[in-house]
Formats: sequence, structure tokens, C-alpha cells
Amino acid sequence: MYATVVHLAATGPPGPAEVHVSQSQTETDYQRVQRSPEFQDLRRRFRNFVFPMTALFLAWYFLYVLLANYAHGFMSQRVVGTITVGLLFGLGQFVSTFAITMAYARWANQKQDAVAENLREHIESGALIEGSAPARPSDGSRA
Amino acid sequence: MIAVGAPVVAAAAAGGQVGDPVVNIAIFGAFVLVTLVIVFRASRNNKSAADYYAAGRSFTGPQNGTAIAGDYLSAASFLGICGAIAIYGYDGFLYSIGFLVAWLVALLLVAELLRNTGRFTMADVLSFRLKQRPVRLAAALSTLAVVFFYLLAQMAGAGGLVALLLGIDGVAGQALVIAVVGALMILYVLVGGMKGTTWVQIIKAILLIAGAGLMTIWVLARFGFDLSAVLQGAIDAAGEGGETLVEPGRQYGATALTQLNFLSLALALVLGTAGLPHVLMRFYTVPSAKEARRSVVWAIWLIGIFYLFTLVLGYGAGALVGPETIMSSPGKANSAAPLLAYELGGVFLLGIISAVAFATILAVVAGLTITAAASFAHDIYASVIKQGQVAPDGEVRVARVTVVVIGALAIVGGIFANGQNVAFLVALAFAVAASANLPTILYSLFWKRFNTSGALWSMYGGLVSCIVLIAFSPVVSGKVDPVTGDSLSMIRDTSVDFAIFPLENPGIVSIPLAFLLGIVGTLLSKEQPHPEKFAEMEVRSLTGAGAEKATSH
Repeated sequence: MYATVVHLAATGPPGPAEVHVSQSQTETDYQRVQRSPEFQDLRRRFRNFVFPMTALFLAWYFLYVLLANYAHGFMSQRVVGTITVGLLFGLGQFVSTFAITMAYARWANQKQDAVAENLREHIESGALIEGSAPARPSDGSRA
Repeated sequence: MIAVGAPVVAAAAAGGQVGDPVVNIAIFGAFVLVTLVIVFRASRNNKSAADYYAAGRSFTGPQNGTAIAGDYLSAASFLGICGAIAIYGYDGFLYSIGFLVAWLVALLLVAELLRNTGRFTMADVLSFRLKQRPVRLAAALSTLAVVFFYLLAQMAGAGGLVALLLGIDGVAGQALVIAVVGALMILYVLVGGMKGTTWVQIIKAILLIAGAGLMTIWVLARFGFDLSAVLQGAIDAAGEGGETLVEPGRQYGATALTQLNFLSLALALVLGTAGLPHVLMRFYTVPSAKEARRSVVWAIWLIGIFYLFTLVLGYGAGALVGPETIMSSPGKANSAAPLLAYELGGVFLLGIISAVAFATILAVVAGLTITAAASFAHDIYASVIKQGQVAPDGEVRVARVTVVVIGALAIVGGIFANGQNVAFLVALAFAVAASANLPTILYSLFWKRFNTSGALWSMYGGLVSCIVLIAFSPVVSGKVDPVTGDSLSMIRDTSVDFAIFPLENPGIVSIPLAFLLGIVGTLLSKEQPHPEKFAEMEVRSLTGAGAEKATSH
């Protein structure tokens, strides 16, 4: 992780000259960041977490919906008193939602934030893309 | 008020009106007074567009999460779901589950990335790497459509609630109250901007969740803290066939068609939340993506716990009030929760709960209005009409004018929508959001090849198909109650029937269609890809580089 930053920073000293060079080239500074192993790593870990997790909770949700819709007999079985299998399945959706929420927040706080922060600081300090960072036109609305 | 005197007596005589209107109005008035003071105090620093639309990005995650819960737990959640569970039992529970699980889409795929790449509106993100003007226009139009359906639902809820709580049964009296609610909402948003609106949401969320929690404990205490006994009570109160209250299918199980309706609803609910513009806009009120994440975590806990309360409250209302009493009251299913409050704690608890329900409607309507105003002023006026050439305060001035116009439209629309099923109208708003907004949001964040043409195909395709299917569905015309012969559609004349699309929720058709159109439109276009814009968007979305910071005062 640290080595990558060095590698990125080593592409040239920050300053007007560097800006001029980078803008005349076909590759932009953001593309250079995007290509860096450090960013690719961040992106891969993000996608490897959220995509399977999304597939998982959607599959679990639609399993519940389909059972509630087409397996009335099974879902209507009493477990304790008037508590049915269907009700437990429904409460299970609450439990899984809370669990995924906490798992994601914990993972993002521990694994992603520091890396993202590090990259952001390098980009915003101008070490990578001095001059082109606020690419969006500002309307001067910030006080 | 004198003009509606006769209907009041009539309603009271029929056992329709409950509680003491004076108590109800007094508690509600106290809420309005307190929140107005807070709104005025909070609005002193409203200078720039970032202040007005995004509250200076100065709220913390927990504050914003509570405000999101306040925004999200609308009258549909409280009154609609309690009523649906009281009457239909288990099938009403689906609304809560769909509304909750949907937050995972927002948490995992949308909230942080959106916070990092946008400034004020959903269109900021969608137009980031695409052609600005056409995409902004499309996004603003779909925002306005979603807000319109959502507003109708809230205003319809206000009418029904008024009928029950203030004993105002006449159409003119209800229209007057809807106008008062609308005028108050305009005042909040006009003066308070996003900061004032957020504080109203926070106060309301705390009151609503605390009130529902109190009632839940009360109901459970009446049944020896045994959930099974609450359910048994509801079964007993429902009389013959009551057993099906704890089984799926009581509302949607009748035919293959109603089962398809259930699937369509389930799809719209789970994919709708992450495309709701007023929810998305809330992520801009915090200083960073990390705070946006904390917001959603807080919101999921608060919303989830609240929906667990509604399960108890719905069955509790069925058990303690009884479905017949609920359905014969002026507000029908929407009155289950207030009637339960009256049954538990008499006039005083009813007064508190109804004030909370009023506050709920007021706060949600304020949140919707500021979203619509921001979308019109920022996307249509500043970017499309003026092509970005506006003075910093010009945009906010237009937004304020828009607030008044939307407020007026909401009042008129609310008077017409009065009497419609609230949870159901909200489900339509979710269908529009899931069809018109979500595909483009996901594609533009995650799909490198996605282009302007794909965005326009998907957004307009999703929006138009959704609205056309609703227009030709039984919701608008041709649905007749088989028992009473009354119309259950928006057009009350039963001889008018142009319903050729059989489903009441269009989601199962329009959502896959919009996703497909996004792919087809992208692949058919000869537009050159912009890898450098995608690189900027991807890097910024994941690292937060160049993201808007909090304003300092």
C-alpha cells in the first residue's frame, strides 16, 4: 500500500509544470489514479464485498416472498401457539438486514476507510492531480 | 368550521369520531409551535445554495439517520401498515419487510458513492459523466413524478386522519384542513430550508418511534408479554376465518393474478427506496461518505425497530379494537393505529398519537417539497434553462418560488386524492422510483460503457411505462367492490372502465423493462465513451476526492 503511493508520487513533482504535462497527455490524472494498484485493490475489495452481499440478501428476500406467495401450507404451519413458520421467516428478514448492516459498516470502517482516505489526501493535496481536482464547475455557493 | 358542524354531529352519532378534538388540536398546535421556533432558529444561517438545499452539509450521521427515519416513516408506514396488518394480517407484514430490506440496496450500492460524487440532487450524479442537459432534465422530471405520487399519498392520509380525529367529516372541512397542512408545510420549507426541514424530521422521528414503542409495550402488557397471545386475540376478534390472519394469502392469495400483484409489489418495494429522490438528497446533508454510511446504519436500526412495533400494533389493533370497528370508522384501515391509542390510553394518548401522525405527514411533505424545489431550481432552471449562468442566490430564489407552487399543487392534489389507500399510493411512488431512477443510478456508478442514450432510454422508458401502466390499471378505473358494488378506483364512476392492464402495481413489468432499455439504449448509441470521465467518477466515488465539504459559518 505504502509502496504504491511512492510509485504514484514518483511520477513527477507536483507543480504547474506537471499540470501542464499531464493535461496535454491523453491520460488524465484521475485515469492514472484509477490505474494504480492501490486504487484497483480498493475497487476490487469493494466490489467483492457488496456484489455477492447484494445477491445474497436479494435471493433471501425473494425466497421469502415466493414462499409467502406460493407455499401457503408450509408458511402457515404453527411453531409455537399462533406463531407460524411464515412469521419466523419474516422476522428472519429483520435479523439478516440488521446483521448485514453491521457487518458492512464494520468491514468498511476497518478495511476501506483508511485506504480511501490515504488516496483522497494524496489526490487533494495535489501530489497527483494539482489543478484538475475540482473538475466540476463551482457556482461559488460555498461560503 | 361552523359549516361542518352538522357532519360532526352525524359522525359522532354514528360512533365515527373518537376522542376530544380540542385535545387533539391543542397537542398538534404545541408541536407546530415548538418546531416553528426551531425552524426559525435553525434558518438564521441559510445563505448559500449549499445551506438551503443541503443544510451546509453540517449534520452528523446519527442526526441525519434519525431525519431519514423521519422522512421515510410516513403516514403510509404508521397508519397504512398498522391498518393493513389489523385487517389482512400477515400480508400487511410484507410492506414492512420490503420497506426495510430495501435499505440494504441504499447502504451497499448507493449512499456513499452518491455522497462522494454529487452536490445537491440525484441528477448531479446521473449527469456526472453523461451529457448534462438532457440527463438532468430527465432526472428532474422523474424526481417530480415520484414526489407527486408520494405527496398525493401524504395529503390523502391527512384527509383521512382529519376525518377521524377532528370529527370533520364534510368534504369542505377536510379540504380546509388539507389547505392548513399545506400552508404550514410551505412555511417550514420556505423559512427553514433543508436545515429547518431536517430538524422537523428529527423531532418527528423521535416522537413517532417513542409513541409507537410506548403503545407496543402497552399492547404486549395487556397480553402478558406474549406475542402469540396478541395474535390469538386478533384471531378471536376477527371471528370466523380469523385463523388466516397469521397465514399468508389473506389479501393476495385469492387468485394467480393477485399473487402476481404481490410479487410486483415486493419487487417495487425492495428496489424503490434507493431511487427515492428525497431520500437520496438527505445524503448530501452530511460532511462525508463515512457520515452517510453512519446515517444509513442509524436509519436501518430505527426503521427496523419501528416496523417491529407496527407488527404488534397491527395485530394489537385487530385484537383490541376489532376489524369491524376499524373498517366502519371514517378513516377505514388507516384509523387502526389511532383507534388502538384511544382504546389503550383514552383521549390523551389518542391526542398524542394523532398529533404525531399529523407531524409525520407535515414533516414528510416538507421533505418532499424541498426535494422537488431543489430539483426544479438546480436541474431544470439553473442547468437546463439558464445553462449554468445564474447568480448564486438566483437559484435559491427560484427554489423558494417553486416551494410555493408545489405547496399549492399538493393542496389541490390532496383534496382530490382524499380517501385513497395511503400505503398503496406510496407503493406506486416506489414503483416509479425503482423504474425511472434506480437502473440509471446503478449503471452510471458501476457500468463503464453506460452512456447518455442508455440513461435517457432507461429513465424515460421506466417513467412512461410505469405511468401508462398505472393509468390503464384497476387503480384508476374499473375496480368494483364485489360486495357493495362501490368503485374502489380513483375514478368513482363504475361505468368508466379502461383498465386493460390487470396488475395494480406495475413494478414487475416496468422495472425489468427499464433495466433492459438502459442496456439496449447504450449498445445502440454511437456516442463515444468517455473513459476519462468514468475514471474521475469512479475514483471520486470510492475515495471521496474532490467531494463537497461542510460549509463553515
